[in-house]
Amino acid sequence: MHADPIGVLTGAHFIDGDHACSEGAIAAGCRFVAGYPITPSTEVVERIADRFPFVGGVFIQMEDEIASSIAIQGAVWGGKKAMTVTSGPGFSLMMEHIGLAAMTETPCVFVDVQRAGPSTGLPTMPAQGDMMQARWGSHGDYQIIAIAPNSPQECFDLTIHAFNLSERYRVPVMMMMDECVGHMIERVVIPAAEKIEVHNRKVYEGPKENYLPFEAGRDLVPMMVKAGDGYRIHVTGLTHDEKGYPNMSVSAQGKLVQRLMDKIRLHADDIIKYEEENIEGADIVVVTYGITSRTAIPAIEQARAKGLKVGHLRLIVCWPFPEKRIRELAGRVKSIVVPELNMGQMVYEVERCAAGKCNIVSVPHAGGTVHQPKDILAAIEKSIRGK
Amino acid sequence: MPEELYEIEANIPANPIEEYLRMDRMPHIWCPGCGIGTTVNCFVRALQTSGLDLDKVAMVSGIGCTGRVAGYMNLDSFHTTHGRAIPFATGLKLANPELKVVVYSGDGDLTAIGGNHFIHAARRNMDITVILINNMIYGMTGGQVAPTTPVGATASTTPHGNFEETFNLPFLAESCGAVYVARWTAHHVRHLTKSIKEALAKKGFSFIEILAPCPTLYSRRNKLGDGLDQMEFYRDHSQIKNGADTKTVALEFQGDIVVGKFVDKERPTYLQAMNQHYQKKFGDRYVPSEEMRKVFHA
Ligand SMILES: Cc1ncc(C[n+]2csc(CCOP(=O)(O)OP(=O)(O)O)c2C)c(N)n1
Ligand code: SF4
Ligand SMILES: [Mg+2]
Repeated sequence: MHADPIGVLTGAHFIDGDHACSEGAIAAGCRFVAGYPITPSTEVVERIADRFPFVGGVFIQMEDEIASSIAIQGAVWGGKKAMTVTSGPGFSLMMEHIGLAAMTETPCVFVDVQRAGPSTGLPTMPAQGDMMQARWGSHGDYQIIAIAPNSPQECFDLTIHAFNLSERYRVPVMMMMDECVGHMIERVVIPAAEKIEVHNRKVYEGPKENYLPFEAGRDLVPMMVKAGDGYRIHVTGLTHDEKGYPNMSVSAQGKLVQRLMDKIRLHADDIIKYEEENIEGADIVVVTYGITSRTAIPAIEQARAKGLKVGHLRLIVCWPFPEKRIRELAGRVKSIVVPELNMGQMVYEVERCAAGKCNIVSVPHAGGTVHQPKDILAAIEKSIRGK
Repeated sequence: MPEELYEIEANIPANPIEEYLRMDRMPHIWCPGCGIGTTVNCFVRALQTSGLDLDKVAMVSGIGCTGRVAGYMNLDSFHTTHGRAIPFATGLKLANPELKVVVYSGDGDLTAIGGNHFIHAARRNMDITVILINNMIYGMTGGQVAPTTPVGATASTTPHGNFEETFNLPFLAESCGAVYVARWTAHHVRHLTKSIKEALAKKGFSFIEILAPCPTLYSRRNKLGDGLDQMEFYRDHSQIKNGADTKTVALEFQGDIVVGKFVDKERPTYLQAMNQHYQKKFGDRYVPSEEMRKVFHA
């Protein structure tokens, strides 16, 4: 399907990542947004609030992030595509409802424009400290998808992608932006509506008798109906059977949780997205995501100018993690260097997949600004010393 | 079970409320003497005569014994998280204003963990009906103190008696802007049924507090007998005072209970205000959603 032209501002724009994210959401067909102001994400909802009256959308500023993160789920079961937008402290408040969305298979998008934490931290300054929280923040076992854009253009493109994945797999999708990407102003090209691919959830229209709203076919993703369609569905955060009814048995729990995990694992190869440069023949690979992918470039160039064989792998989708690719690379390079605007988070995944096959070097940063390329360069050089 | 009993059971005609319930989920989890089931009966009777298209009625519950109501109703029903039924209902209603959205949940759920959402939905005059079962206790988790537990009552987390001031819920709801406010007990089935019907017909934030016995965790611990004793207490100690000033209807431990319809007024609802505002401001440039257009711009 193509985007509805009503929401698409086709043309070249000079806007920041936050505004590009708003435009991406509108182009993707998002028509309900609930949010609560928090720097550096507020510009996303401000633009949505401004634009929505003209595109058939409803924006509401809720009383807090807990309310926002569940209001969107009510809207989704009312038939809309919906998102909420926040930053660290608000993201923390939303955790219970990420679990609810995962458990009830409610497609929705959570935008986290990351700032430095913990707690109130540095409200106006960048970090990438919520990457593990995005994956593991809610209790219990579940899977989500998380995406990290590195430019305003990607904030537009990947927000559309986030909605598409969310609709396709009925899973909460996190847009893990950061303050730099959110506030950076660059050229953003919005294509014509008919050039924008938009996916919608599979809708069940069959007989009402014996309808099983949580029965999945081979792709493990059940079809959806909405409230008011006459199917009289029941949706619960309790462990439930295919009918959607609570079922407090060990077997129902095993079956449901397994499917929630498997529906993402099964499609991991389709979901995973990364970009590589100079990987062939590399001795060293720098693994980055979000804004760090841009600060790493001068370091990589300087290292290459010094004769080091350095490649670059940029994660675009961070969760699910490209396990296979990292495993493969670890088997043939000398080292992997992971700069992040946190004290070392995704590097744990790299280490896990590399399983001791190569040297892993974390380049941590507590946030507040970006890395100095010289620090990344030093880590690159150190990573193969004595090898 | 002796065979004759089977025969007798087989001959009992279906209860007319059965089609409103998910009979495939019976038996329910509620204790003998629990008041929640009685209120559900009243709710169903109100639905029956409301003239509402049941395919367009959705129920949202939080977590608790009362939170299980959504799961037993043969409606589109959502059992959400503890305290968050109201914001879920808000999203659902704003997405599809054609739906009649009812929140049915417990006193702890709606006024402790969910208190912030309650006051803001009332302030906004959000177009939802909220039915609150006040059993003066956290039932589901084993009888802990709630914001509605009377001073002097005992709960598992106030084993030496509760000394915290309680909420006067009708006063709270009215102060925050609810356009329909009533209180009944599980004993007042006819009044309650009528009141639920009125609340369902009301545009904006309508609120009914229903006192209902929790014999298992409130009555027995406080030596008030069982469910029936509590119902008798409601019968003997309630005074119907329609239009009473909500400031005067606070509840006390085993004190008199003022019941009635306290507030029934008009004020633009959230959806009316939003649609009127944008219409006035932008005229034809305002593009409401298709569902919104059906209801507000027909
Ligand atoms: C976030 C969260 N905190 C606590 C709980 C545990 N919990 C479940 S029900 C409940 C209280 C319910 O009390 P009330 O709303 O009065 O309902 P009742 O059982 O009395 O009908 C609590 C504290 C929970 N499920 N979720
Ligand atoms: S514990 Fe109390 S409120 Fe819960 S079902 Fe039993 S009697 Fe009812
Ligand atoms: Mg209670």
